Amino acid sequence: MEDLNFQHKARARAGGSRKSAIIGVVASGNLEVLAERVLPDGECRLEIKTAAVGFGDVWQAVVADFVERYSPGGLKFSINDGGARPDTVSLRLAQAVRLIEEDGQ
Amino acid sequence: MTAPIKHGVQFPAERARTTSFNEASARMRLELLLDAGSFLEFIGPEQREVSPHLKIFDLPEQFDDGIVVGRGRLDGAPVLVAAQEGRFMGGAFGEVHGAKLVGLLRAAREIESIPVLILFDTGGVRLQEANAGELAIAEIMRAVMEARTAGVKVIGLIGGRSGCYGGGGLIAGCCSALAVSEPGRIAVSGPEVIETNRGVEEFDSRDRALVWRTMGGKHRRLLGAADVFTDDTVQGFRDAALRLLDVVGPYGLDKLKAEQIRLADRLRSFGACEDAVDIWTAEGIVHAEDVPELPADQFIALADNIGRTSRDAR
Repeated sequence: MEDLNFQHKARARAGGSRKSAIIGVVASGNLEVLAERVLPDGECRLEIKTAAVGFGDVWQAVVADFVERYSPGGLKFSINDGGARPDTVSLRLAQAVRLIEEDGQ
Repeated sequence: MTAPIKHGVQFPAERARTTSFNEASARMRLELLLDAGSFLEFIGPEQREVSPHLKIFDLPEQFDDGIVVGRGRLDGAPVLVAAQEGRFMGGAFGEVHGAKLVGLLRAAREIESIPVLILFDTGGVRLQEANAGELAIAEIMRAVMEARTAGVKVIGLIGGRSGCYGGGGLIAGCCSALAVSEPGRIAVSGPEVIETNRGVEEFDSRDRALVWRTMGGKHRRLLGAADVFTDDTVQGFRDAALRLLDVVGPYGLDKLKAEQIRLADRLRSFGACEDAVDIWTAEGIVHAEDVPELPADQFIALADNIGRTSRDAR
């Protein structure tokens, strides 16, 4: 297992008022993303625990691209990863933002 | 509480009809099974009650430890629910996973009037925390029987990819009633376990047709282990759960004795059969070899006509 942490500045606060959202399952080639609205509006943090050791550079690129595209200000993402490919990671991150931006609790 | 996923503009009932129970995640199953928006999770993922053991094995954790528990409504009536996530470590029972189900069942026992739905999807005990997992199975079985003794209906819904094996099969055997779909399999020892211990001549685990006709939903329905067979949709399981909640009667010593007689009778009738097809033939099905190929609606008609139920027992 490897722990990776990334901290980014976000252009804007993520929409909606939901406090948290979860998507995905920890399985081979899959991951779960727990998004929580716990940070100041301009900040974004990702805490990753991954079973695939040695892919920090790939994670850094995927995360930077994600923050640029979705501007998830105020959100902390906690990730348990079972060795997902970068495209699956991008998809789950996008799904997590979409979920927390929906109406509801 | 965590958020459900939305798919376009489809209404929940329409989505429940078109969503495969087998392919859905545990969270999706609960969202579509219960009345829209009624689910409230207990000990949700944001509380991070993860397994204390997996870290030692350098294995990834899941925030809900592979089981979602909570309460919701079914046709307006309150229910307690637990759904195993079969894709996380095969839906296996670990210490926390098991404790969440024990807690839910004990709450049901105290409340007495609210039924419990268990959406099984499990290979059995999690090998990395085997002692804790085995203890959890024993605690859950006791909790199911205590809840039922207090008047609680405990319904098992089985249609996940991991089936319902090992200790999960034992717990299912303790439930008031079961609903199953074709992909749902119910057994204690799985195909590979039997082959490993007894040899390939006893059971060829690579023979998928053999696995399905021995442990699959259709056979379990015809034997009376499962009371309702449903097509593989979330709506199908919702309807099945409502039907079972309606027909399950009170539990007591008389029922347990009737169950013993039912099982002894079953063993007497079919104990000499070499294959499930022999059992179906003995049950009076004319073209028993065609049963695995029957579409769900035709099979349900056949099962309602011929299949046994455990209604007077269990």
